[in-house]
Amino acid sequence: MDSRDFAPLRPQDREAIYVPPQKLRERGWRQMKKNRLALWGLAIVIVMTVIALFGPLFSSYSYADQDLSMANAWPSAAHWFGTDSLGRDLLVRVLYGARVSLSIGFAASLINLFIGVLYGGFAALAGGKTDRIMMHIVDVLYSIPMLLYVILLMVVFKPGLLNIYLALGISYWLNMARIVRGQILSLKEQDYVMAARSYGASTWQILWRHMIPNCVGPIIVTLTLSIPDAIFTEAFLSFIGLGVSAPMASWGVLTSEGINSMRSFPFQLIFPAAALCLTMLGFMFLGDGLRDALDPQNQKEAG
Amino acid sequence: MATLLDVQNLSISFRTYRGILAATHDVTLHVDAGETVGIVGESGCGKSVTAHAVMRLLPAATTIYSSGTITWDGEAIQGYTEKEMNHLRGREMAMVFQDPMTALNPVLSIGSQIREGLTLHQHLSRSDADQEAAALLREVGITSPERRLHQYPHELSGGMRQRCLIAMALACSPRLLFADEPTTALDVTTEAQVLQLLRSLQAERQMAVVLISHNLGVIAQMCRRVYVMYAGCVVEEGPVEAIFDEPAHPYTQGLLASLPDPAHKDKILTGIAGQAPDLFHMPTGCRFYPRCRQAMQICKRQVPPYYTTGTGHRAACWLLCPEREECAWH
Repeated sequence: MDSRDFAPLRPQDREAIYVPPQKLRERGWRQMKKNRLALWGLAIVIVMTVIALFGPLFSSYSYADQDLSMANAWPSAAHWFGTDSLGRDLLVRVLYGARVSLSIGFAASLINLFIGVLYGGFAALAGGKTDRIMMHIVDVLYSIPMLLYVILLMVVFKPGLLNIYLALGISYWLNMARIVRGQILSLKEQDYVMAARSYGASTWQILWRHMIPNCVGPIIVTLTLSIPDAIFTEAFLSFIGLGVSAPMASWGVLTSEGINSMRSFPFQLIFPAAALCLTMLGFMFLGDGLRDALDPQNQKEAG
Repeated sequence: MATLLDVQNLSISFRTYRGILAATHDVTLHVDAGETVGIVGESGCGKSVTAHAVMRLLPAATTIYSSGTITWDGEAIQGYTEKEMNHLRGREMAMVFQDPMTALNPVLSIGSQIREGLTLHQHLSRSDADQEAAALLREVGITSPERRLHQYPHELSGGMRQRCLIAMALACSPRLLFADEPTTALDVTTEAQVLQLLRSLQAERQMAVVLISHNLGVIAQMCRRVYVMYAGCVVEEGPVEAIFDEPAHPYTQGLLASLPDPAHKDKILTGIAGQAPDLFHMPTGCRFYPRCRQAMQICKRQVPPYYTTGTGHRAACWLLCPEREECAWH
C-alpha cells in the first residue's frame, strides 16, 4: 500500500467496466466450434457440394457413356468405383447423383425459406380470420400424402426432376410455415414490437427488422434438417421408379439399380448408398450443432 | 397554452373469450403543450390503455372504441389510417415503456434501434443517423455513446436500457411523450436518476409529458396536474397540490393514506379494504362504492357526475353533491 492508492479515482478509471460487443453470429460460431460432430457435418456438406459441382469436370467419362465391354467391372484404376451393368463409370454417376440429390435438397430449402417463412409470418401478423383460413389451407395440404401428389403429377408430366421439385414444393414449406407462425405469434406480444410500433414502424418493417431476425435460429435449424429429408424423399421416389429417369442418375436410382445385382456386384450398391448415408449424416450433425449454437439459452451461458 | 391532446369521453372495451371487457369508461383528459400531466391508479385501472389508445397501439382485432373522441392538435385522429398514424407516432408523440428488459429487441444493437426512428421519419443517411444517435445517447446521460451504439441490450444495465428507450422515444423530437411507468422496473436510485433526466429533458425540449404511474410520490415530484383513475374511470383531477392537500374522492384519500412516510415511523398504513372490481362485472353506479366507507344509497344506483371542489379541482363523488348538504341524513 502506498500513498497513490488513496488518490481520487479519475473519471476515465471508472469506465473500466466494458465488455467488447459480440455479434450473434460470432457467438454462434464459437458454440459451433466446440461441437466436433457439427464441424464434421459442416465439412462433409461442404466437401460433398464442391465434389458435386466440380467433380464430374475432372473425369474423362460422362454419366451416359456406355461401354458394354467393360460392363460390371470391379473397382480399378480406370474406374475407381467400378462400372454398372451397361458399362457406365459408377464414380461419375455417383457424382452426378450428388448434383441431383443436393440440388433437390437446396431447392426444397429455398422453397421452405421463401414460401414457408413469408406465409407463416403473414398469417401470424394478419391474425384473426385471415390467419385461421391460411392455416386451415396448410392443414388440408398437410393431410394429403406426398406419394399421392407425385403420382398425380406423373399423370400430368413425364416422370422426372420437375415432378420431384413440384411435389416437394407443394409439401415442404408447410412445416416451416407452422413453425414460423408459432414463433411470430409469440413475438407479436413482445414489448419491443409495440415499442417499434410506437415510433412509427409499419407492419412490414416490423416483420423484417424485428421478428424474422428473432426467429432465425428455428428457421435455420428447420432448414438444415429439411434438406436431408428432401434428399431422402428423392432417393425413395427414384427407388420406386417415380423419380429421375434414365440415363440421368440420382442416388436413389443408383441404389435401386445396384440392389438388382447386390449378390454378384455389391460395389454397385455400396458406393451410392455410402454417399447417401454420409451426406445425410453430415446434414444431421450440422443441423443438431446449429440448434445448440443458436439456442438462446446456450448463448446466455456463453455470453 | 394550446391544448395538444384532448380526449373526450373515451370508452374502450376488449373482446375476450370471457366476453366484453370494459377497460375504460368516459375518460376525459387533456394535455397542454409543454406541461407534465400525471395519471395515477392501481394496476388494471386503465392508465396504460388510455395512453395506448391515443397512440393506437391496442390490438386492432379485439379492441372496441365504444365512444369518445381523441383530438390531436385540433384534429380528430380516430379516423386516421394506419399510415397517417405511423406519421404521428414517433414524430409527434412517442412512448417510453415500462420494462426496459423487454422493450428493446435483443438481437439488434442499441444503435440500430435508435437509428430506426431517425431513418423512418427524417430519412437520414446511415452516418448522419449514427451521429444523431450518439448525440441522443449523450443527451440521456450515457457515457462513451459511440461505443454503446454497437452493444446489444443484454450488455447494458436496467437503468442504461431505460435511458436508451428514452433516447429512442426522443429521436424525432416528439411534442408529447407518454412515459408508461418508466421507473417501475428500476431500483430507487436509478429511478431518481431517470426521473431527473425526464424532468430536465422536458424542460429543455419544451415537450409535454404524460407520466403514468402507480407511485404517488413520483407523480407529486414530476407533475403539475394529475388524473386519478379507478376501474377505468377518472375519479378525480386537478392540480397536484390541491389533490394531495385536500383529496376529495374517498379513493384518492385512501391512496394517500396508504403511502409510507419515512418521517413518521409510527404511522399506521391503511390500505383500501376490498379489491378493484372485476372488469367483467362492473358495479352499477359509482365503481368505487363497494369499497367506499362513506357510500350512500345513491352511489349504488347512479354514476356520480363531476363536482368542482373548494380548492378548484374536480372529483366524481356524490359526497360533493350540493343537495347532500341540505339533506336530513347529513
